[in-house]
Amino acid sequence: MTQLDTLQATTPQKKKLHPRVKALLRPGFLLGFFILSSSILLAVFPWAFAPYDPNAFDFNAIQKSPSWAHPFGTDNLGRDTLSRVIWAYQVDMQIAFFATFFAMVIGVVVGSLVAYHGGIADVLFGRLVDVTITFPFLVLVIAVVAVLGPGLTNMYVAVTLVQWVYYARLTRAEIMTQMTSDYASAGRVMGYSSTRIIFRHLLPNATTPLITYWMTDMALAILLGSSLGYLGLGAQPPQAEWGVLIAEGRNFITTAWWMSLMPGIAIVVTGLGFSLVGDSLADVLRPRGAS
Amino acid sequence: MSSLSYLVSRLLQIIPTFLLVMVVIFLLVRMLPGDPAIAMADAKATEAQLELIRQKLGLNEPLVMQFFYFVKNTLSGDMGTSILLKAPVLDVIIERIPVTAFLTLYAVCLSILIAGPLAFVAALNKNRGLDIAIRSGFQVGLSTPVFYIGLLLLTFLAASLRLFPVGGYGTTFLQHLHHLMLPALTVALYTSAIIMRNLRSAVIEVLDADYVQFARSKGLSRSVILGRHVLRNALISTVTLLGLSIGNLMSGTLVTETVFAVPGLGRLMLEAIFARDYPLIQGLTLTFAVMVSLVFLFTDMVQAWLDPRLRLS
Amino acid sequence: MTNQNESLLQVRDLTTTFHSKGRALRAVDGISFDVRAGEVLGLVGESGSGKSISLRSIIGLARDYGTVEGNVYWKGEDLLTRTDKQLQCVRGSQISMIFQEPMTSLNPLLTVGLQIEENLKAHTDLDRRARKARAIELLDTVGIPSASSRLKDFPHQFSGGMRQRVMIAIALASNPELLLADEPTTALDVTIQDQILQLLLSLAKNLNIAIVLVTHDLGVVAQTCDRVAVMYAGRLVETGSVRDVLKRPQHPYTLGLLKSVPENIPPRTPLYSVPGTPPALDALPKGCAFAPRCYKAEDVCLGSKPLLSQLGDGISSACHFTADIREEVLA
Ligand SMILES: Nc1ncnc2c1ncn2[C@@H]1O[C@H](COP(=O)(O)OP(=O)(O)OP(=O)(O)O)[C@@H](O)[C@H]1O
Ligand code: SF4
Ligand SMILES: [Mg+2]
Repeated sequence: MTQLDTLQATTPQKKKLHPRVKALLRPGFLLGFFILSSSILLAVFPWAFAPYDPNAFDFNAIQKSPSWAHPFGTDNLGRDTLSRVIWAYQVDMQIAFFATFFAMVIGVVVGSLVAYHGGIADVLFGRLVDVTITFPFLVLVIAVVAVLGPGLTNMYVAVTLVQWVYYARLTRAEIMTQMTSDYASAGRVMGYSSTRIIFRHLLPNATTPLITYWMTDMALAILLGSSLGYLGLGAQPPQAEWGVLIAEGRNFITTAWWMSLMPGIAIVVTGLGFSLVGDSLADVLRPRGAS
Repeated sequence: MSSLSYLVSRLLQIIPTFLLVMVVIFLLVRMLPGDPAIAMADAKATEAQLELIRQKLGLNEPLVMQFFYFVKNTLSGDMGTSILLKAPVLDVIIERIPVTAFLTLYAVCLSILIAGPLAFVAALNKNRGLDIAIRSGFQVGLSTPVFYIGLLLLTFLAASLRLFPVGGYGTTFLQHLHHLMLPALTVALYTSAIIMRNLRSAVIEVLDADYVQFARSKGLSRSVILGRHVLRNALISTVTLLGLSIGNLMSGTLVTETVFAVPGLGRLMLEAIFARDYPLIQGLTLTFAVMVSLVFLFTDMVQAWLDPRLRLS
Repeated sequence: MTNQNESLLQVRDLTTTFHSKGRALRAVDGISFDVRAGEVLGLVGESGSGKSISLRSIIGLARDYGTVEGNVYWKGEDLLTRTDKQLQCVRGSQISMIFQEPMTSLNPLLTVGLQIEENLKAHTDLDRRARKARAIELLDTVGIPSASSRLKDFPHQFSGGMRQRVMIAIALASNPELLLADEPTTALDVTIQDQILQLLLSLAKNLNIAIVLVTHDLGVVAQTCDRVAVMYAGRLVETGSVRDVLKRPQHPYTLGLLKSVPENIPPRTPLYSVPGTPPALDALPKGCAFAPRCYKAEDVCLGSKPLLSQLGDGISSACHFTADIREEVLA
């Protein structure tokens, strides 16, 4: 039998890439990663990439269609659309972060507390979820914006006020499944504080779905942010934001279609970047064996 | 339990949720700094008119009583007067409901027509070229804001090719269909992108299900298997997914109405917001919540109708 | 030696491979066996040994999700070369199948009557009334009380045992010559298992239907089958007549299975079970797949796969040490 064991141990193992590493080499992830890193570069160093001053009027080049000099054309005031789209990265990448991050933090804290302590808090939370899903998301957000007034900061507040419930719901569900596990009950028996059990034992297991959801949510935040910008409730006009740019071009859609269509491409590409990376991360971080 | 008492019990379940919905809407206006009466009245309102509003909202009484008045007024159909349109909020809303309801229903039908067959094709060609193409298409769709979809359709199909009117609603049913084609398509494309992934997995699950394999082992033709054994089960998933994404769909409707100048509730909501017409905002927010609840209810009933296991006899 | 003319079904080197994430998983690996008219062949093996996939490969259901190779001769014609459409007139009419899970194998949205009648519609010329009459007759035959009133019922209104009866009724609807029964009783209560099995066998005897009965219970095989094929990790390791194989097993795995049947050991001794678990499909040993669990394994077993070879007594076995085991068993 020992012979058998050694024989098995020495059966040549083909050198293979770890499946998680392999998942990261898929075209979907590579593309997403490329898009995201470029977006971040464009957001941080817009001046390095933008060929023109985004706000410089050029009355000799009004509503010029795309050309080598102006790949995305120019707007009704002769501003270079490409440069404006590039400078807008700053704003929209910010939106992706600020419209999601605080909601996530609040949601994670509330969700874990509710899951851990249960009881009346959990019942109330269940009701809150019912109410939240009874409103169309956008209706609730713009109703809050209506009260606070338009603008980016108010938009962050409005989105956070609504969106944290979804994060809390996700966290709660994840923690509830973890709660039944042995180490959680063991921790309770040992008399660990609830904070310690939640943050050391329960939450780490909820990170995968949370990160995946966060990635998707950042893509959605860009869509929402640009929608509000388009509707006039988000970023306000002098500020270059993709939705705002599209709205500015809307009146010229028949004569200068590029004004509206070009910024949209930036939205689609960036959104795609987030969702591609999110999907691949979901595959990579998912416990092995599950499908 | 009969279907009637099922309906009644389902309606009763909605009540607590709705009380909370009312709380949210009630608090919304109280979040405004200053006197709610000023918010609820025309900027040019006289002190006497303001006093009248204060009376009606019970603003001189404790918050709980104010809420009570709010619920009472709302239930009796009195949601105040729209500042923008100078007409009772209820009337204004009721006038616009058919447009949005038409658009929503139209969009739901188109979503089923778009997402359903494509999910089927994708599932039947799982992981082959066609499936990958369809999935990639919808992944791009998922990253496209709904107003941009609308704008593209508007530019190319309405403005350039002049296949469809650029806005409005029309007067006859056929005109509605024609005018709302692009808005409905916009919402449907957006909704399809949202439900596509889950729908595809649902169809794959049905195709792999034991009962479908068993049906195949009986030597039934492919059309019978797909049409009878797969389709209905997949339809249940479609209805479920559409029901769950009705909030998204309505959000899409709101934006789309603005893009296409459709005189519905969504556009009214935006007009109300820019006019700071708080009575109207309140009324509309409530209306949207009611519509979503009705759709949830309707989804439940359609499911019970499609699935004998849910049919209580 | 089997006479080719006698055999209804001849399976030759049937191999089914799944492709998952760039790896090829061989769930069925070159199995060959015959089924003669009217006989009951037991197919035995642990969970995951590939029994269900084998049956599904035979009637062309597995090729949707895997690659199926080899030959399956049905009355001399190779079913594997036929298209799905061409198979439609064989499936359900000449060869029927009963699935492992009665709870999930009937369509929950369709009435039981419809699910019986659609088989009749596909394979017979009966008109609607005749189909209904036949459906009632079938439900009667499989022992469902007040059959005519239950045609309009949905599967969830039946118990597990009743659903299995319905499935048998559907399988028998168009008088097949071969029934592939995939563990028709494992999902049921012990008390009902026996009833269903008896029902199945008596119907088959009366109608002269051949059965491939999949089971992991050698006790069932002993009671019901004419011949048996033992499967392990996708391969057949021993085949032969039930009497011979159960009396003089030639393969360590069959021996282990036999020792774990309660009736075969003196009372109050602990129940034996073959140590270890079957290998995963993506980690099949290079040599004999059973080697890690085999008490007789030696170096040669790790190096090369034993082939199924004919021995005396009409038994075939796939083991490098068949001769030794034969002596042990006879001793
Ligand atoms: N679609 C599939 N893709 C990949 N592997 C599969 C697929 N279907 C089955 N398998 C694998 O094929 C092997 C054989 O499965 P099969 O269902 O035939 O086993 P079985 O002998 O019928 O077991 P049981 O007694 O549990 O029914 C199993 O290891 C299973 O995991
Ligand atoms: S070949 Fe070797 S390992 Fe396999 S069953 Fe025979 S003795 Fe055991
Ligand atoms: Mg099986």
